[in-house]
Amino acid sequence: MGPTVASNRSVIEVEGIAQLIALLQRRGYQVAGPTLRDGAIACEIINKLEDLPAGWTDEQAPGHYRVKKRNDGALFGYSVGPQSWKKFLHPPELQLVELRRDGASLKILHNHSVFPHFAFLGVRPCELAAIAVQDRVFQGGRFTDPHYDGRRGQVFIVAVQCTQAGPSCFCASMGTGPRAREGFDVALTEIIDSDHHLFVAEAGTKAGAEVLKELHAVPATPVLCQQAEESIRHASVQTRQMDTAGIRDLLYENFDHPEWDNVATRCLSCANCTMVCPTCFCTTMEDVSEVTGEHAGRWRRWDSCFTQSFSYIHGGSVRTSSKSRFRQWMTHKLASWIDQFGTSGCVGCGRCITWCPVGIEITEEVHAIRGGGVNAAPISKGDNIHELA
Amino acid sequence: MFKFASCDGCQLSLLDAEDELLSVANAMEIACFPEASRTMSKGPYDIGLVEGSITTHQDAERIQKVRRQCRVLVTIGACATAGGIQALRNSQDVDEFVRVVYATPQFISTLKLSTPIAEHVPVDFELRGCPINKYQLVELISATLAGRKPTVPTYSVCIECKRRGTVCLAVAKGVACMGPVTQAGCGAICPSFQRGCYGCYGPMETPNTPALTNQFRILGQDDQQIARAFRAFNAWAWQFRKASEECKRT
Ligand code: SF4
Ligand code: SF4
Ligand code: SF4
Ligand code: SF4
Repeated sequence: MGPTVASNRSVIEVEGIAQLIALLQRRGYQVAGPTLRDGAIACEIINKLEDLPAGWTDEQAPGHYRVKKRNDGALFGYSVGPQSWKKFLHPPELQLVELRRDGASLKILHNHSVFPHFAFLGVRPCELAAIAVQDRVFQGGRFTDPHYDGRRGQVFIVAVQCTQAGPSCFCASMGTGPRAREGFDVALTEIIDSDHHLFVAEAGTKAGAEVLKELHAVPATPVLCQQAEESIRHASVQTRQMDTAGIRDLLYENFDHPEWDNVATRCLSCANCTMVCPTCFCTTMEDVSEVTGEHAGRWRRWDSCFTQSFSYIHGGSVRTSSKSRFRQWMTHKLASWIDQFGTSGCVGCGRCITWCPVGIEITEEVHAIRGGGVNAAPISKGDNIHELA
Repeated sequence: MFKFASCDGCQLSLLDAEDELLSVANAMEIACFPEASRTMSKGPYDIGLVEGSITTHQDAERIQKVRRQCRVLVTIGACATAGGIQALRNSQDVDEFVRVVYATPQFISTLKLSTPIAEHVPVDFELRGCPINKYQLVELISATLAGRKPTVPTYSVCIECKRRGTVCLAVAKGVACMGPVTQAGCGAICPSFQRGCYGCYGPMETPNTPALTNQFRILGQDDQQIARAFRAFNAWAWQFRKASEECKRT
């Protein structure tokens, strides 16, 4: 890292964030950003500065999340929340095609060629990495997903560098944070101390530079730039770690590790981990038709390798035990993803840890597979009911 | 539509599907629908929808006749698929209930257990819920008419909850939510109104009830509360029954 303080940094004040939102709106963007909702810092379409969770932070642990008041007015003083930007670029439910019977033929009503223009405000470095991973999945192969592509191409990204890491974060292990160097139009570092509350801004693209120019951002002093880099460095001290050395082979070679049986007693197969993961991309296709048969549609919905139907082929489900499903999830995420897309499927955001209702930790599972012992005791309630089903 | 021991709520779901009801009535001949009309056409029938559980000797005989008359038999709702809320008596002394509740108990003839239809006759499809979701019912009818498989998932409520964008109550508020072991279908309504899932749709495909029980304890629920969570509309579904019994035992 080091103090590579570039002179192209500028400074905007809190009021500048309000102007930034307004400017993006004037340019035709729907601005999405963090906002306080139902006891969490969620990711929603926002309208104004006041929608941001000023003065709020979060407390996170495996299976546990609470919002708390901060003793300052920081706009971005928390770690990642329950939702990721995935919901905008890869919507949870999407109608792919709509058909109407037209006499003897079918009329195809495509209504998805117009895509929303989103501006994301407050994207964390791990989330930029996650977007880059999904770019590879949806745009990088032989086939491009038109729905992702249509949304992704229009996005304006305002990133926010991390200046504090939460207990679920392990971006430092995954090499995705806490400092973002690319993938954004503008990146902000929030500086808040007794003297000021301001943002050091850097442009990542021409579009970003234009926006900063239009905001009349003044050049940042070297001292301020130094302070910004210092505070980002704070966030690289993380209590949670994942040892990724040789992880692909580690998982491929440990298909029969007893830890899979252990975790299967605790895992609910509820799929929350895959739903909150910013890189998980799996979907199911559902066809619907009206009673009259005049009207039909095809929907794409988020799916998960934790469901039985996910691995249903002729004759039944291939992964009937929750052991096999958990193993599939983790092995895909951390190992076969590398063969498939040339990158890990995990960016270390920690969501699957915080939002697992029983607090299963992917980092601890890797540790156990490495032979580091098991942290959580298996649930021994006589027998694991679903294995009997 | 055939009615057994039930509150009629599931039948009402079809009446409640106002937009689709006319199409349904046009697409098929409704031979029998107690909540809508007293008339009944003679069988056999293509589709028989059965609401309610079996609680009397007469009903146990009647369901056999119903089965013989229906090409496809579909049970709808928690009563028909799991015995319903009335199956709470299955773990108690029914005779005592009868003595306490009725002025002239000698006129009451009832079975000791309230049981789902599938314990009596083969069932082609089960639609869960207390009550069922009208969209699932319309989907089932549409799919049957179109000759395709109905889209009725058996995974957890959590998946619908997350697709809907609800903040998880279990994690963010410490609510003992039944969502992880309950089958989807309702659209995760309760969590979206800040209430934990009550388990109306019964056990999901692979419910890990011991793990959820353990988590409920961590969230501060005592054994009685946990047993009650599993003993609601689907108390007689074997996975929930077993989970509640495990709690009573410890
Ligand atoms: S696997 Fe977990 S920590 Fe890794 S990117 Fe997905 S949600 Fe984040
Ligand atoms: S981990 Fe599971 S849900 Fe996620 S992308 Fe892989 S197979 Fe799909
Ligand atoms: S690891 Fe946790 S969130 Fe994922 S399926 Fe298992 S219990 Fe659910
Ligand atoms: S609120 Fe309940 S149903 Fe929703 S994700 Fe959490 S545990 Fe699952």
